[in-house]
Amino acid sequence: MKQAYTWSAIAVIVLASTTGDVLLSRAMKQVGDVGALWRRSGLWTVLGRVLRNPNFLLGVLAMTTAFYSLLFGLSWGDVSLIAPASASLTFVTNAIAAKLFLHERVDHRRWMAALLVAGGVVLLAA
Amino acid sequence: MTFRKYLVLAGVTLCASIGDSLLSRGMKQVGSISLHHLSDLILAVLNPSVALGILLLLGFFASYMTALSWADLTYVLPATSLGYVLLTLIAKFYLHEAVTTSRWIGVLLISSGVGFVTQGPALTHHPPKAPPHEAEYEPASMKDAR
Repeated sequence: MKQAYTWSAIAVIVLASTTGDVLLSRAMKQVGDVGALWRRSGLWTVLGRVLRNPNFLLGVLAMTTAFYSLLFGLSWGDVSLIAPASASLTFVTNAIAAKLFLHERVDHRRWMAALLVAGGVVLLAA
Repeated sequence: MTFRKYLVLAGVTLCASIGDSLLSRGMKQVGSISLHHLSDLILAVLNPSVALGILLLLGFFASYMTALSWADLTYVLPATSLGYVLLTLIAKFYLHEAVTTSRWIGVLLISSGVGFVTQGPALTHHPPKAPPHEAEYEPASMKDAR
């Protein structure tokens, strides 16, 4: 039963952080190149555009959910399982979500990178 | 990709790994916090390591958002995962922890992943959709050019 709770927490962490990453990425693409915007209109314009973007606010909410799910997960299971499992799975789910929802061109090079990094994270925690 | 953009990616990597290390060191100095004394959590911010760690994590968030404004998510995430490698090197050479062979293989895999992704383009270019009237009324000179 404890293992079921731990894996449920991992699933929620992966889902929430992938949702957060996708929403934040979409928000920042809508804002545009921050460096260029800063030079053109100043810091307050950049901050105003970012903080008023609904995707940014939802993204932060999703990231907060992921953080608290991690805290709950750590109270049920081992950090040596939860941290690497959620981090490495998030690399793979982000690649899938970015292709589906952000229409990014995830070619073989990016798939390889996501899988290598995910595998590397698992080994670091081994 | 310009040198300044690579600096932003380095900022994401360094701020996240050093910020996490500082928070971890600071919270160990503060000691365990009981659920009955949650006010201790607020006082923990007064610890210099925790305060500096929070500042660096704010720097991480700002540089991560900046990177996402001009690069794909599937580029930024693997490209900034060198932080894991950095943490292993800090553990080995600064904290004198024993790093096992499987961890070194992990470092090698992450470094290869970073190498793979940084060789490709940082941003997917979506071609702008042509308004229907442009597609329908193509100038004769364009047809002749084919």
